[in-house]
Amino acid sequence: MPASLRELRQRKTTVSTTKKITRAMELIAASRIIKAQHRAQSAAPYARELTRAVSAVATFSNVDHPLTTEKPNPSRAAVLLITSDRGLAGAYSSSVIKEGEQLTQLLHSEGKEVRPYLAGRKAAAFYGFRRRDVAAAWDGFSDSPSYANAREIADALIEAFLTPTEEGGVDEIHVVYTRFVSMLTQKPEIIRLLPLEVVEGEEAPDDEELLPLYEFEPDAETVLDELLPLYVASRIQYCLLQSAASELASRQKAMKSATDNAQTLIERLTREANQARQAEITQEISEIVGGASALAEATAQND
Amino acid sequence: MAEPMQVEVVSADQVVWSGESTNIIAKTVEGDIGILAGHSPVLAVLVPSAVEIVTPDGVREIVAVDGGFMSVAQGRVSILSEYARMAGEISLSAAERELAEAQARLDAGEDDDETRQHFVRASAQVKAAQKAG
Repeated sequence: MPASLRELRQRKTTVSTTKKITRAMELIAASRIIKAQHRAQSAAPYARELTRAVSAVATFSNVDHPLTTEKPNPSRAAVLLITSDRGLAGAYSSSVIKEGEQLTQLLHSEGKEVRPYLAGRKAAAFYGFRRRDVAAAWDGFSDSPSYANAREIADALIEAFLTPTEEGGVDEIHVVYTRFVSMLTQKPEIIRLLPLEVVEGEEAPDDEELLPLYEFEPDAETVLDELLPLYVASRIQYCLLQSAASELASRQKAMKSATDNAQTLIERLTREANQARQAEITQEISEIVGGASALAEATAQND
Repeated sequence: MAEPMQVEVVSADQVVWSGESTNIIAKTVEGDIGILAGHSPVLAVLVPSAVEIVTPDGVREIVAVDGGFMSVAQGRVSILSEYARMAGEISLSAAERELAEAQARLDAGEDDDETRQHFVRASAQVKAAQKAG
């Protein structure tokens, strides 16, 4: 037996303490997912109405807005990475970062300079460790993002986008986030945020329900000016909420397998400890028996 | 009389109020606008203010909006504003305190966008709370 009984028992206690912690984290993540999903649902009406309004304006006016215009010869791109603040969520943050690295390489090969924007402490740590320049970083809200967080990021990105390229502005903006497909599957995804591609009439209107002929107050251009930044913020909020739900789901999954592993380890250690205990007893008995027979032999000789 | 309109007041993270209405008074960048049932389709930019919604049983609902916009089409009205709040949920004293705070910061020369936005939001909430009260 390699380890002593005492050592084995100690290790078993350690593993069961760890199991208690991972189990608790699993339950916490599970209860927060429901909240995160609920938040994503309650943000949906706003996004839906906003998309309707934007496509209505886009259909009825041929205004070229700076946010929708493609710049000729784009030379600088911004990449927003949405990762988590805390670890213990399996491969959640690293798969986003990996996806971001691939995108960065692709953009580099197209001859574009890349400016990273980071959300979440994990991405900041990754960039900080490699001493790379970062355009901006936000953290502290990865598992429950509010609209104000989305608005803050959107404002920074829009400002960078509207700055001329010569003065350090960017020509396009990509977002890497994790889409919440189901409790079991979360997929890192890339979307191009700006310049916006407004999908006209996303749901093809029925014949009876044509898009109404809106009057714009004060005029289409001003309405569009007002709407597009809100639309950008709402898209970012969507990404943040999806990422938050994904983070919690992958944390729950990671913690569940950690709990299962701890359970297997405990079972193995218990068996080993039992074996060690039995071996100890056997040894003690054989010692006693050996001692007794030696004693008996000695007495027999004396007689 | 025409059918009452279906109204939805939506803020960035939830539906603040939804129900039927016969008359809506809102303040756009061009001035006040009154919407009755059967109004022609309009998409208007709002200024930070209090929007009044009169329900079919004559109850006046007041919502504080901080800008955003209103779209009217086919008997449906949606009011979108990032931080829309019902006047009933606003405490007048808290809103007044926030207004005073924002005013003090403006006076102190902190003339950035965030402070100004804070100021207009607070003043819209104060207006709405006064109207409701």
